[in-house]
Amino acid sequence: MRAADAMCEALKAEGVEHVFGIPGGANLPTYDALYDADLIHIQARHEQGAGHAAEGYAKASGRVGVAFATSGPGATNLVTAIADAMMDSVPTVFITGQVRTDLIGTDGFQEADVTGITMPVVKHSFLVTDPRQIPAYINQAFHIASTGRPGPVLVDVPQDLSRADIEYAPAQGPPDLPGYKPPTEGNLKQIRIAAKALANARRPVIYGGGGIVNANASEEFRDFCLSDRLPVTLTVMGLGAFPAPHEQWLGMLGMHGTRTANYAMDNADLIVAVGARFDDRITGKLAEFAPRAKFVHIDIDPAEISKNVPAHIPIVGDAGDVLPKLAREYERLKADPERLDAWWKQIRAWQEEYPLGYEDSEDSEIKPQRMIEALYKVTEGDAIITSDVGQHQMWCAQYYNFSKPRRWINSGGLGTMGFGLPAAIGAKVAKPDETVVCLAGDGSLVMVCQEFATAAVHEIPVKVFLMNNGYMGMVRQWQELFWDGRYKSVEMGDSPDWVKLAEAFGWTGMRCTDKNEIEDAMQTALQAEGPVLLDVQVTKTENCYPMIPAGAAARDMVG
Amino acid sequence: MEAGTPELIKLEDLQVGSGLTGRKHILSLLVENKPGVLARIAGLFARRGFNIDTLAVGPTEDPDVSRITMTLDGAVHPIDQVTKQLHKLVNVIKIRDMEPDQAVSREMALFRVQAAVESRAEIIQFADIFRAKIVDVSRRALIIEVTGSNEKIDAFERMVRPHGLIEMARTGEVAITRSRPDQ
Repeated sequence: MRAADAMCEALKAEGVEHVFGIPGGANLPTYDALYDADLIHIQARHEQGAGHAAEGYAKASGRVGVAFATSGPGATNLVTAIADAMMDSVPTVFITGQVRTDLIGTDGFQEADVTGITMPVVKHSFLVTDPRQIPAYINQAFHIASTGRPGPVLVDVPQDLSRADIEYAPAQGPPDLPGYKPPTEGNLKQIRIAAKALANARRPVIYGGGGIVNANASEEFRDFCLSDRLPVTLTVMGLGAFPAPHEQWLGMLGMHGTRTANYAMDNADLIVAVGARFDDRITGKLAEFAPRAKFVHIDIDPAEISKNVPAHIPIVGDAGDVLPKLAREYERLKADPERLDAWWKQIRAWQEEYPLGYEDSEDSEIKPQRMIEALYKVTEGDAIITSDVGQHQMWCAQYYNFSKPRRWINSGGLGTMGFGLPAAIGAKVAKPDETVVCLAGDGSLVMVCQEFATAAVHEIPVKVFLMNNGYMGMVRQWQELFWDGRYKSVEMGDSPDWVKLAEAFGWTGMRCTDKNEIEDAMQTALQAEGPVLLDVQVTKTENCYPMIPAGAAARDMVG
Repeated sequence: MEAGTPELIKLEDLQVGSGLTGRKHILSLLVENKPGVLARIAGLFARRGFNIDTLAVGPTEDPDVSRITMTLDGAVHPIDQVTKQLHKLVNVIKIRDMEPDQAVSREMALFRVQAAVESRAEIIQFADIFRAKIVDVSRRALIIEVTGSNEKIDAFERMVRPHGLIEMARTGEVAITRSRPDQ
């Protein structure tokens, strides 16, 4: 069998149904194999789009997302998506074509050392040197991408090797890799210590992150939190892992989190971190982060524990395994529920004093927060929402009460503008029966607007609700607050005309400028057939608050 | 049960260290003998800001496995974080953080030393004391081979430097753990 055909067979053996990509010289054999293979290929319009679509597919479904690109520029165009998948631990396999083996190292046409370029941003990578390796590497790539802490794996396949003839035998189960044994079960002794500390804590906070979603452990997380009146906060990556709104829910924490969540962290005596990594957007000034707290840190990646904040009680393991055991051990201790009374009184006082809120316009102007409230209303809080990066992303995280996991798909770690549209395409391919809305920013969307064609040609009915303020809003906000209002290169001007652009790509284009019409406009867009762009023109210079200024401590929040 | 009862854990009793050990560490890594493995390790150290003092790479008794021996300063880097990051590399099979007194470690070095007639005897005497070998002689210089712990090589360097150290090449330490007496 031709190695490229064997590769398609190996992909199918891993359960792959959809791949995203773009052909080119070096991966022509792969595309020739796709001609006959029983795989659905979504032809993106830029490799970055294919990569983010694979991520959106993975984040929405929990399955491994796959993207193809050719050598050289095709492969380098994937790099942003690969780095994004690394930062957010997205199970993805990227398969690139490489120039013929006799050309490698000669600066051949469209040659780039993609395994070298991507080395810092992959979980692992393979450069095929013998065509017989191809099926085994695919098997290993899927195993590595999807187990332990998930992440991107790259397989680089030289053109001549994918044309070679090999014997194909399907892999028998997961591979045995001597240097790769991801942990699963948490140490019970450590779990007992954590339970005993928690039972003695008077000001505990449960701080969850995207690891809970990756582990499909949202139910276990909720049950653990509800095993007592434990206050819960989540990172932007974790939203949906706990059903908001809820009486134990403090809101998101971090740079644009609620004051209540951040003040609770600041005053906590015990913080239980689950699948979260104490990123700088969470801690603010590290030296002043949660100064009164001891830390229990539960993570499947041992290297995350004590990386930024030293853990007093480290627990390495899968959240789905650790959390039920922790809940059981905790309940066994029958901790005094009244010990939390004073803490809840304090939390309620913060909630009362610092609710999330904004001043609505007196005329018909659409406040961005209002747009999110409308989005929540018309989707009944139950759509898959993808977003770009910036103010709209933070407002959505604040105002759309995500109650289920895998409904909020955004670029949290790398913060990739332009992530939303291709991710929505991937999410819709994975979940065709769900409503998929890309909440876009105008600064971001223009970076990937070629992907309108992908959705149009493949008839993928995503809805893009564009929060259009005519600025790269978050950068403008920083220039206003921290750079004396010296706005430089943040205005987007009047280009493009989004409705015309959408129509040019074969989408339905709509515009809304009146806050009283926004729900109707969204409703119409959702009900319309095919992909729709709704250009929502919002207040131009609204700031996203509250915020912890970069490098400041949680207690110094502004706004 | 009252909060603060003895069978529970008092939060104030929970402590963490700095992660810094303050001493030299010898890490012995068994890695798959595959292309790019050293680049992955070097890249990891570069991007995480870890500094390697010495590095030696070579084959082992198993042709599919190579050994990388590196020394790091535990006063500068939390060694625990270094080893955990190294463990994330799929090609790294095993890592051993060797206790210095439970390991045999050796380094080899070559010195090219100025050896004018009047100082030559003294340099040869140093070489004798250090059980070093003179492996090349010319009219003005000697090449001396020294093997031993890196402290010994440091000491030899201090002795010959005043005579004019022209060139020095060191291998970096290699190490294996000592056998237990009953083994």
